[in-house]
Amino acid sequence: MSKQLKQIHLAAHFPGVNNTTVWSAPEAGSHIEFSSFAHFARTAERAKFDFLFLAEGLRLREQGGRIYDLDVVGRPDTFTVLTALAAVTEHLGLTGTINSTFNEPYEVARQFASLDHLSGGRAAWNVVTSWDAFTGENFRRGGFLPQEERYTRAKEFLSTAHELFDSWRGDEVIADQETGVFLRDAQAGAFVHQGDQFDISGQFNVPRSPQGRPVIFQAGASDEGREFAASSADAIFSRYSKLEEGQAFYQDVKGRLARYGRRHDQLLILPAATFVLGDTDAEARELAHEVRSQQVSGATALKYLEHVWNRDLSAYDPDGPLPDVDPVPGENTIALGRASVRQFRDPLAVAKEWRERAEAKNLSIRELVIETTTRQSFIGSPATVAETINEFVQADASDGFILVPHITPGGLDVFADTVVPLLQERGVFRTEYEGTTLRDHLGLDHPDAEAPAGRVAS
Amino acid sequence: MHCPHNRSVVLHDDHDEMSQLPVRTLPQEGAPIVSSSLSSLSSSPRSSAPLHLAVALDGAGWHPAAWREAVARPRDLLTAGYWADLVAEAERGLLDFVTIEDSLGFQSSHLLEPEGRTDQVRGRLDAVLIAARVAPLTRHIGLVPTVVATHTEPFHISKAIATLDYVSAGRAGLRVQVTRHPNEAEHFGRRTFPRFALGDLHGPPARELTAGLLDEAADYVEVVRRLWDSWEDDAEIRDVATGRFIDRDKVHYIDFEGKHFSVKGPSITPRPPQGQPLVSALAHEEATGAPFRLVARSTDVGYVTPRDIGQARAVVAAVRSEQEAAGRAEEPLHLFGDLVVFLDDTPAAAEDRRDRLDALAGNAYTSDARIFTGTPAQLADLLLELREAGLSGFRLRPAVLGHDLPAITRGLVPELQRRGSFRNSYETDTLRGLLGLARPTSRYAATA
Repeated sequence: MSKQLKQIHLAAHFPGVNNTTVWSAPEAGSHIEFSSFAHFARTAERAKFDFLFLAEGLRLREQGGRIYDLDVVGRPDTFTVLTALAAVTEHLGLTGTINSTFNEPYEVARQFASLDHLSGGRAAWNVVTSWDAFTGENFRRGGFLPQEERYTRAKEFLSTAHELFDSWRGDEVIADQETGVFLRDAQAGAFVHQGDQFDISGQFNVPRSPQGRPVIFQAGASDEGREFAASSADAIFSRYSKLEEGQAFYQDVKGRLARYGRRHDQLLILPAATFVLGDTDAEARELAHEVRSQQVSGATALKYLEHVWNRDLSAYDPDGPLPDVDPVPGENTIALGRASVRQFRDPLAVAKEWRERAEAKNLSIRELVIETTTRQSFIGSPATVAETINEFVQADASDGFILVPHITPGGLDVFADTVVPLLQERGVFRTEYEGTTLRDHLGLDHPDAEAPAGRVAS
Repeated sequence: MHCPHNRSVVLHDDHDEMSQLPVRTLPQEGAPIVSSSLSSLSSSPRSSAPLHLAVALDGAGWHPAAWREAVARPRDLLTAGYWADLVAEAERGLLDFVTIEDSLGFQSSHLLEPEGRTDQVRGRLDAVLIAARVAPLTRHIGLVPTVVATHTEPFHISKAIATLDYVSAGRAGLRVQVTRHPNEAEHFGRRTFPRFALGDLHGPPARELTAGLLDEAADYVEVVRRLWDSWEDDAEIRDVATGRFIDRDKVHYIDFEGKHFSVKGPSITPRPPQGQPLVSALAHEEATGAPFRLVARSTDVGYVTPRDIGQARAVVAAVRSEQEAAGRAEEPLHLFGDLVVFLDDTPAAAEDRRDRLDALAGNAYTSDARIFTGTPAQLADLLLELREAGLSGFRLRPAVLGHDLPAITRGLVPELQRRGSFRNSYETDTLRGLLGLARPTSRYAATA
């Protein structure tokens, strides 16, 4: 094989508001103090990672009509904490998840352009779609989007934001103290957008930022989401961290690029991945099991089961057998504010399958949930994990990974100290940052505002 | 510009009522500060309480030609380093806080529309994010960005300022502003505002529109504040035994329903370090009373623009009257006088500089606030005089940031220190602490 080795891209996902994050361990620190974010970002930068990633959740999750209290709860404002992190890092990219439903393009474009200026070109935007009225109750506009319109709005939101970013070419601010000319052109930033979702016009008031536009991420895996990514995104935050499905996804999405006149390397595929490291593979496996039991307490297991059963199961013993009652049919109303409940399309069938599996293997509710829900993506010694990651990337199952540690804020430290040097030894991961912007780190072109901005399908 | 407004009767009523109240001191480390709400109208001996000082940061400075000065850095206005240097200088002068101007459209030198000029600073960054960027680089100074209530979401702003409070370890605030500019409304496309002719800018329909927006801003601040309180301080329990991360009885819906929006809550961000970050607003006298009403109902610090001590007394009385009407007479509310400042070693030098900048701009600079030209000692005299009207501090708008900000920190501040009227070191690490404001408990905390 004479093919040149691909360079791996690595990113760090701040531990999220879900049960992957273990808060009960003694080493688990604050999820809200800035010192935790700064520690996490500095570790990622020390390890020469491409970027840090923050997820979004605009309403506290509820289950059974009450705020869900078993996982980490609470998070900072994304723009604010990312911009503060720009002060304690120099190279690390800063990626924020911002949805297109509960925001307006003018404001979001201002915020990303400001973040890009204030970080010297390190901003990235994970564009997500949302439609639930539950979250909408926190906003002026309320919840109103029919589910099928969410991509329509997201696409138009993004294309409108691009029009705003591109309303400045980058050469308008002259600021000549002698002649008194500050702006070359009084119409700098002028824009008109008339569409089904947005009808806006005026002048964008943030001059062109170092990257021109933030790097655009997309996270949906549906056919529509893939098409959206192929047309408009620079990178995909995917969920496929198994080799074969990763390869299939990779091939599918990259195959859609040509339709939009885009090159293979203009869209990076970066799945989320969890990891557990030990001195040996056996030790890592043991640790991984321990982490799983921390992630899935008895109470958490019952709550998880309720997502399928769609009814209150609090009377059941998590260490006992699965419920003999059937799930309540129809729309899941027990858990609000989380995406995971939508994965159970046929709850009756899922319940039947789980009962059979539990009986066959003599599993309690908790054991079944531990076995059924996603285990860690990478488990092993640093050498094993480095090898697995490299194989995955070289086999075109991804272009790298967005790593999700389970401990805040130190969960990335051991990866940085043990796995990264092995990848560097293999020559597949940078030993120094070569550029200054996130686009540089990711090998992406810098957009040229003077070129026709026809990339976004609208 | 300002509508004549006779407040003399009200002033006497206020004075009589207030003089019967016991003088309340505010909890603070170090010297107690007499509540400004009570010292306001006193003509008795000069208060020994130190002055509070803030500076208002905007572009290269408040004079439209400020960017032409050699000390200006007009090509750096969009860089982190520029703002970090300004705030470091303000912190070096031990100032209470900086405010950062913002707008949802182009800067404009008149009230109607962007006027298509190319000889003044245009373009700016989001003020909350500028504040966030400098927060980790500073330790004591308060950071008070402008937020525009008219087109933004109170839920987003509440968590943004709460987060600014986290990243600054308790030094965050906001300055709330409204906009009736039709061009800014068109940037959002969700509401339209009438284009008033120049002659109607201060007519009744325009004033009513502004009054409505200010009342909406009061609802907005109410939502922002409720969200800050929606998590009690000890809501996070990490109880391993029961597997509960939070005590959900200590996380509350805010269930706000108003004329313009409803917000369910709770916030996604836990209660910020200060509990309630600082809320401030600029207010001018208006026949509708709406600006003073907003300050009185919703803020911890109001910025006012009296030209002399007589006006200062009237303005203070008017705000205090609104404060009483809002049922907040007992709560501390600072009133800061806003002044544009040209500071030099001699009065003539300051005048000359102002003339030179006016000539560069092509017309004489005017402002809603009094424009001061003179020496730091003269400014100190003026501030101490105006303080007698019941102002507890001042927000200075440097005409040229590169010149007048260091003149404040290295000229005015030492002058005030010599007179025993300004701090010699930061006495505490939080903005509320610097202003003598106690940390309130959450309104939702059980009082059992």
